Amino acid sequence: MFSESKETGYISKEIKRELVSIVGAEWYLDSPNELYAYSYDATPIFQSMPNAVVMPGSVEEVAAVLKVANRHLIPVIPRGSGTNLAGGTIPIHGGIVMNMNRFNQIHEIDQQNLTATLGPGVVTADLHQAVEAVGLFYPPDPGSMRISTVGGNLAQCAGGMRGLKYGVTKDYILGVEYVLPSGEVLRSGGKNVKDVAGYDMTRLLVGSEGTLGVITEITVKLLPLPETKRTLAAYYKNLVDAARTVERIIASKIIPATIEFMDQATMKVVDDFAGLGLPTDMKAMLLIEQDGPEELVVRDIEKMAEIARREGAADVQIARNMEEGAKLLAARRAALSALSRIRPTTILEDATVPRSKLAEMVEEIERIAEKYQVQICTFGHAGDGNLHPTCMTDERNKEEIQRVEQAFDEIFRTALRLGGTITGEHGVGMAKLNYLDLQVGDGGIELMKRIKQAFDPNNIMNPGKLVPNHGRRRLVVKK
Amino acid sequence: MSTIPEKTEQQTGPACESASLINSENGKLHKFNMDEILNCMHCGFCLPACPTYRQTGRESASPRGRIALMKGVAREQLPIDEEFENNMYLCLGCRACETACPAGVPYGSLLETARGVIEENKKSSQRPSWIRRIVFEKLFPYPKRIKALGTLLWAVQATGLQSLAAKTGLIKIFPRAMAEMQQASGKIASPFERKKRKRVMKAEKEKLFTVGLFTGCVMDILFYETNQATARLLTKAGCDVVFVENQACCGALHVHSGEMDLAVRLAKRNIEAFEQANVDWIVNNAGGCGAALKEYHHWFHGDPDWKERALAFVNKMRDANELLAELPSLTFGKPLPVRITYQDSCHLAHGQGIRNQPRELLKRIPGIEYAEMEQADSCCGSAGIYNLTHFDMSMRILDEKMENVKQTKAQIIATSNPGCLLQMKQGILRAGLQDQMEAVHVMDLLDRAMQSPHE
Repeated sequence: MFSESKETGYISKEIKRELVSIVGAEWYLDSPNELYAYSYDATPIFQSMPNAVVMPGSVEEVAAVLKVANRHLIPVIPRGSGTNLAGGTIPIHGGIVMNMNRFNQIHEIDQQNLTATLGPGVVTADLHQAVEAVGLFYPPDPGSMRISTVGGNLAQCAGGMRGLKYGVTKDYILGVEYVLPSGEVLRSGGKNVKDVAGYDMTRLLVGSEGTLGVITEITVKLLPLPETKRTLAAYYKNLVDAARTVERIIASKIIPATIEFMDQATMKVVDDFAGLGLPTDMKAMLLIEQDGPEELVVRDIEKMAEIARREGAADVQIARNMEEGAKLLAARRAALSALSRIRPTTILEDATVPRSKLAEMVEEIERIAEKYQVQICTFGHAGDGNLHPTCMTDERNKEEIQRVEQAFDEIFRTALRLGGTITGEHGVGMAKLNYLDLQVGDGGIELMKRIKQAFDPNNIMNPGKLVPNHGRRRLVVKK
Repeated sequence: MSTIPEKTEQQTGPACESASLINSENGKLHKFNMDEILNCMHCGFCLPACPTYRQTGRESASPRGRIALMKGVAREQLPIDEEFENNMYLCLGCRACETACPAGVPYGSLLETARGVIEENKKSSQRPSWIRRIVFEKLFPYPKRIKALGTLLWAVQATGLQSLAAKTGLIKIFPRAMAEMQQASGKIASPFERKKRKRVMKAEKEKLFTVGLFTGCVMDILFYETNQATARLLTKAGCDVVFVENQACCGALHVHSGEMDLAVRLAKRNIEAFEQANVDWIVNNAGGCGAALKEYHHWFHGDPDWKERALAFVNKMRDANELLAELPSLTFGKPLPVRITYQDSCHLAHGQGIRNQPRELLKRIPGIEYAEMEQADSCCGSAGIYNLTHFDMSMRILDEKMENVKQTKAQIIATSNPGCLLQMKQGILRAGLQDQMEAVHVMDLLDRAMQSPHE
């Protein structure tokens, strides 16, 4: 086990020579600026320096680097574009950041089997573009899809706005090639739709947050590209009406591709950035999209517009064309970053509840924000119960940060009480390490530790993430 | 919830950072605005927009990385050293990241501050390089010297540039850059032609406005004809055009290189010159200069009088595309049956938000077939003097750009900035397309289409 000391990632001159001989001098970085640039990801507040950054170019290089690291007990932190929001790629124990963005080739789009095989460093939106060019469709679309890599999406089991109808990353990963810390290169799954040969290692690796091994190749499942899509925006004078609309749409057995929710503050900042002319005097809006054959899309959109009106929407508008709809959705994707216009630090969470509890959760978040006197905006993937309560704060104000922590603590507990989860799509990483046992129990944590031990006996793979090393840590805020 | 772990405490900096100014150990003030730096919540939305990140895949070569490094310097976790300098100057300053940034981080001004901090630091420890001294202190502040340089360049071109560059030894300093740029630069106006310029050109129809043309320094030498074309277009659209005396370089290159004091001197000179000219609008045709000219009021913090005069100047400032698109439509005498594409000037698109106007103007030319280019608003790698100081990176970015240019199958690439124009000309040569393609300033192209066939 690693102590908290900085020495865990120490790289001697000899080890550096070994690593450089594997990846080449150009792909080994350890100057102060380079290390600093890999000391953070998209998670606020967390920061810690690695001892080196390597950018391997082949599976052989990955295996060789891992062998060296394993021999010398140096932590290895696999990384894509560093857009995760749970501190998953922060080198908290130092060590080697393994940047996988040179694995950026799409090897094959198999139109007979409806699969694509690619390197983990391919940017998600590039995969979208490539498969859509031949009439195919890869649904997972996390907010950061223009930046994030498919490997990163896999490691965090990223969700997105189309999760409601199409599911999330785990539903599209058919096979992987991965490297264990020992340097052993293994494969799991492949192009087969049905495959029950042994434990499902593929599923285990999805969402493993780089704590088990390094993914070097991915085979994903594709769908036929839907014929058309249409977007609807509904505006409300109060939040709960919007939340109830979502519950009623699902209960009336319509599954749209997307139902997104934004509150007033979020609408305002998004409008500042995208200049859409949203009615920012409204308290909340829903952004609903349906895709599929023309007649079905038209019918569903009309039905949902009717439900929205009945549940108290002050205004319902159907986008004139696909471009207008795409603009609205793109603006929604920028919501989190746009919120940082308000205060210097934005802390976002992804507590998720069963859809029937959405209105209740929205009310609870409002109550909790009031109780702790913190500013919380809420937006999110309302259709799958996945909310993003986001707190606008200032990391320099330690007293306020403490109240923020208390507010989120209560939000997580509320989500669990309503039958929800502490994290719908961002992962545990470091940010939710202290809450995992509340959800999975001590037995669950113990089993996870044993799984981790089987893959990574020396605990070099992304230590300090997902599986708590020690007993449950107390909530700690430094004064 | 994001707890602050034990280990990062020392790295997250002192608890009581002042909002704007940070004291450094030697008592000097770093001018970083910590609120602006913290506004970057490192989401990474800027990464795909950044040309140097696309080329290198390195975080330190991305806007998010550079802002993190600035934060490191502001918090004194990183020194202001050669590595930091190299990272700050590897940036093109194209500001595509500002367009991509949902949080509205003013990256351009953060970069200017960072470079200012670097130059400040160097001045206290060493003499600036002779190239910097000559270019920034001895040349750009003096319009007459710039004109003299123009005459020299004309003479050089007339007598054979290559041999002179070889004789003066300049070729040794920027060997490949000079050689390639020479091939690309156009015909320089002779001193006799320049003497013929009228001080005022009268509107050709009912006069709507009096416009002062900001001629620029390099622009007026290497692209004298483009300035003349711009003036002709404005007169045809109903403007009296005044070539305002005593104007100087806009100062953009100085600001981008951390030379704030010199930049302010130039700005004051220009503000005074155009105050005296008493015009309705000030118009320029170089996107890079225009962005700086429109930001003059940000250069006078703590000087309210000059800030107000600067703001009056800024309020009159228009890019030529911007004003021409608003004026009554020009009538074109000559159809141009060509396929054409447009390369955005970064500082026109990202700096000034002017994207539609040049495209609209081009589409008004009869006979033209317009083809939009993929990533048209991504930098071509020219970036002021970047293609001299970072020749290799500049050419990598240019070659990537030319792939997109080729896809358009255009015969003409139009641009709105002299640097981009030179760079695109060079790109055409590098791609071996000189027989099929031509790079032209939008103003020259519009002017070409104005002239009737027999003119």
